[in-house]
Amino acid sequence: MNGTMNRDMAGRIFAIVVAFGALLTLPYWMHGIYYVNVASQILFYAVFALGLNVLVGYGGLVSLGHAGLFGVSAYATGYMLQLGYGHSLAIVVAIAMGLASMAIYAVLSLRSTGIGFIMITLALGEILWGLAYRWISLTGGDNGINVPTRPSPFGYSMTNATVFYYVTLTVFAIAIALCWIFVRSPFGAALRGTRDQPRRMNALGYHVWAIRFWACLFSGLLTAVSAILFVYYTQFISPQTLALTSSAEVLLMVISGGPGTLLGPIFGAGLVVVVKNVVSAFIERWNFLLGAIFVAIVILMPEGLVPGSVRLWRLAMRQRRKRAAP
Amino acid sequence: MSFWLVLTVNSITFGGLLFLLSAGFSLIFGLMRIPNLTHGSLFMLGAYVGATFAAGLAGMQMNFWLAAVVATLTVAFAGALAERLLLRRLPGDQLAQVLVTLGLSFMAADFCLLIWGGDPLSVATPDGLQGFARFGTVVFPLYRLAIIVIAVVVAIALWLMLERTRLGAMIRAGVDDPDMARVVGIRVSQLFTIVFALGAGLAGFAGIIGGPILSVYPGLDQDMLPLALVVVILGGTGSLLGSFVGSIIVGFIYNFGQALLPELAYFVLFMPMLLVLLLRPQGLFGRHVP
Repeated sequence: MNGTMNRDMAGRIFAIVVAFGALLTLPYWMHGIYYVNVASQILFYAVFALGLNVLVGYGGLVSLGHAGLFGVSAYATGYMLQLGYGHSLAIVVAIAMGLASMAIYAVLSLRSTGIGFIMITLALGEILWGLAYRWISLTGGDNGINVPTRPSPFGYSMTNATVFYYVTLTVFAIAIALCWIFVRSPFGAALRGTRDQPRRMNALGYHVWAIRFWACLFSGLLTAVSAILFVYYTQFISPQTLALTSSAEVLLMVISGGPGTLLGPIFGAGLVVVVKNVVSAFIERWNFLLGAIFVAIVILMPEGLVPGSVRLWRLAMRQRRKRAAP
Repeated sequence: MSFWLVLTVNSITFGGLLFLLSAGFSLIFGLMRIPNLTHGSLFMLGAYVGATFAAGLAGMQMNFWLAAVVATLTVAFAGALAERLLLRRLPGDQLAQVLVTLGLSFMAADFCLLIWGGDPLSVATPDGLQGFARFGTVVFPLYRLAIIVIAVVVAIALWLMLERTRLGAMIRAGVDDPDMARVVGIRVSQLFTIVFALGAGLAGFAGIIGGPILSVYPGLDQDMLPLALVVVILGGTGSLLGSFVGSIIVGFIYNFGQALLPELAYFVLFMPMLLVLLLRPQGLFGRHVP
């Protein structure tokens, strides 16, 4: 037993080192700016999905309004730059605005859980979408806001696709480290407790509401950061980013990969972005495919692709061992 | 003066249309405890199917009302199929059911885009209702008044069905307490299929009836779903009276909001929903909290 545990651990560390090595050297073996850009997209969407996963996977709170929060930070960045402020101030304001909106979301929606939580977050997301779409004097309506420049951290201009990729990779690495610490912390354990047994947690003296509130803020932080990367990537923000479809897309990333795992949302982000970008170049009907994947995963592999594949793999290994043993 | 009158009639018309859309949504929500996120897609599907038959398919042109009946039956069948084949596989798992309806709505939107393309289809106003009714100095399109009549007739029919028939009694029992309904011998899962088909059919019917004033275009589903959601949350799930009152309220808020506060129209629309969710989560006439 101990031997397999160690082998499991060693295998896992080896896989992580290989994966990070591959990501670090990606621009050297992945030829073409197009593919480097797709990789950047996967990474910042992965940060977004990790943020939603904090609530969906570990908190058991399914939000269908996260695109609204994403949009607040993206619009805040664009609007600050339009007003002529610098990049660092725009980023700080965007994160602050994102966190403040998340706090409002949390106060309003944490009154209920389950379907009620879905409905309130959906309503909040639709309100923000409606504001972005209709408050033309502030947001430009359907014309959106252009972001003409990208920042240059330490003198490297992010206009270069490779530089943009490395900045995104750095942010991604920090985000996944934060999530790793969060999952292993007493706070992460408490949040999982409120997901599985809220009443027992309450009886044990935990403040269930406060735990969920802080989890929301952590989720909001990751969402805001990914939104800023997004707006610098596309250099444009329009109400479409806040639509229900976008909330559904990021939820699909979490659910398809495997909610409540670290690797799942990253894998899900990769799946959705690849289907959207690469496959849509060959197949016209990518939205249909996206919906079909969604339905198939919920019905056939409800725990998500990463845990589902691990389960199938273990099952296959056990059967092979059984066959080899006698 | 006439501006306000016209706006009022438009609001009631839109409210009637919303009632047709949201009555089924409310029943499904009340019985199965899930917001059916395909409801906007069913509305759009009904509009497309009806518009196609009304405009003529393969040299065979249908009367508008016949086309509406065909659209209603088609969409009801599609709804029953989705319930039987997909939602049935996830009994009791409401979260998964909501996600399946969400995935289906993506698929339906793309399916409609594939079949009917991206250009909006206009639906001709049915014969005999193209004229105007004159009240003093104010003129109303007849068709808008007809929608109000249709909505009222459907509301009365639904009310009679729910209050006076055996099926209606079983549905009410299922909405109030599904477990107890099962115990007394009502086959609740069969009710699910019936109510889902009924709700889908109503949504499809609303789609084609709304066709002449809204036209049919890609994205219609995304426009209508939030409205149905607002209506049902305002009125309360599983309550026919709730969706009727909610529809009229939303019809007014939507039209007056668009006319008076165009920049904040959606904000004004969703604010009451949020207030109800926070202050009276079961809705104005609902029996239980979603």
